[in-house]
Amino acid sequence: MPTINKRISEEIRAQARKLLEEGEVAAVLGYGAGSLPMTVKPLVVRNPEDCSKLIWNTFCVLNLANYLPAALKSVEPPRGPRDPKPEGPLPKVAILVTGCWSRNIVVQIQEHQVARDRVVVMGVGSRGMVSRRKVAALFPGLEILAVKEGDHELVVQGADFAETINRWSVVRDNCQSCTHPDPVLVDVRIGEPVSERKNPNPFMQVDAIEQKTGDERWAWFTAEFATCIRCYACRNACPLCYCPTCFVDDAKPQWVGKSLDAVDTGLFHILRAYHCAGRCTDCGTCETVCPMGINMRMLTKKLNKDVLNLYNIEAGMEPDAPLPLTTYTMDDPEKFIATEVTPVPGAVKEGK
Amino acid sequence: MTETTNWEPKIIAFLCNWCSYAGADLAGVSRFQYPPNIRIVRVPCSGRVSENMIMSALKSGADGILVSGCHPGDCHYISGNYFARRRFALLSNLLDFIGIESGRVNFSWVSASEGEQFAEVVQSVTERVKALGPATRLVKKIDALETELLIA
Repeated sequence: MPTINKRISEEIRAQARKLLEEGEVAAVLGYGAGSLPMTVKPLVVRNPEDCSKLIWNTFCVLNLANYLPAALKSVEPPRGPRDPKPEGPLPKVAILVTGCWSRNIVVQIQEHQVARDRVVVMGVGSRGMVSRRKVAALFPGLEILAVKEGDHELVVQGADFAETINRWSVVRDNCQSCTHPDPVLVDVRIGEPVSERKNPNPFMQVDAIEQKTGDERWAWFTAEFATCIRCYACRNACPLCYCPTCFVDDAKPQWVGKSLDAVDTGLFHILRAYHCAGRCTDCGTCETVCPMGINMRMLTKKLNKDVLNLYNIEAGMEPDAPLPLTTYTMDDPEKFIATEVTPVPGAVKEGK
Repeated sequence: MTETTNWEPKIIAFLCNWCSYAGADLAGVSRFQYPPNIRIVRVPCSGRVSENMIMSALKSGADGILVSGCHPGDCHYISGNYFARRRFALLSNLLDFIGIESGRVNFSWVSASEGEQFAEVVQSVTERVKALGPATRLVKKIDALETELLIA
């Protein structure tokens, strides 16, 4: 019996071929085989005969939503900046998504980066993606040449060894603490829907840091981000980062210096995370693509926790709802305001 | 070290034009005493104050930050301070999370008629920052030699 991911791959190819042959979409965004073990690469398929190149496995870690606005643009008929929009509906693009990526598309719709009617969402229920770094860490000093995938185990092969490991033990941290593995938007369902996970505490890692003292947290922060080389891979892989001019590229005023100074790298990570507040879906791509293995996801996860606790909003769950920082309520918490006395719990606040 | 004994904190105050700046003005006109440690930056609205400005002030060596705007409901632009309130709540939690001492970055609401309250806020913020001592975290130290080379 083929594995779950083999069956999903077959289904993706069949559905992609059908969509392209029927002319429903002009392109399909999916994954192709990578050139190294445990890697995949994003693939845009435009011809039905190329659909056999599409794959699905447990190493699909790059967020395809990041490529969606550009893919949509690429299928439009070419026109100058001042030319009017062409008559009739524009071509569509199909995209493979799991839970978090579908929520990224919802955020892109909320922020008017993507038109809902131009996207055909091929929804796959996520079983969690494996961290290449976690697998490599189990075999220090050894070169992994191939990894064969079963439903619950991985067979890691090198030049002179082959070992079976448990799949869930090497699944990425963000997938392990994920609560919405099934897509929130689905036009074409691939495979079986997966149920919501009841994680005892999705913010466990953040809580552990919060329990430290201020000095310990500062020590953690400086140590964690000390190795950053400012390659901006975390920013470039993120579907939320689409500003034509990023704040790090601003020259007048220069908010963040371009050096490898600890303060500059620290500020870059603080501000980058802060710009994702209320929009991040914890897809983990930033952490996955980091060449230095920095856990910058802790900052966005902390913001996610606060947005959930303070405003009861999870990013990308409802396309029609406003984003948390573009709306407000009259009685938002303001304990942090120096002039506001902490209200007595249960007391009714009188209107001014 | 003479620097620490005579040390006075530098506090950057972002005051909204319509309430807190007028409040500061009233404090001056009414001759309420408050410490001379704040450097005021007048902004159109507390909603205008972005995280970039706050972090940039810290980077440039400010020992404390005060952001002050109209009381909720009194914003000249109807809702600027409501949006600001959400953003500041998240920012202040994030700064606490990474280990910036609480008390470095302060937020308050002061209306145009609250001159005395403005003096009190500045007094308490200055005391808090003084108790913390000079800022060291997220302050960019510029290498003296490097600067000399740049000038030369």
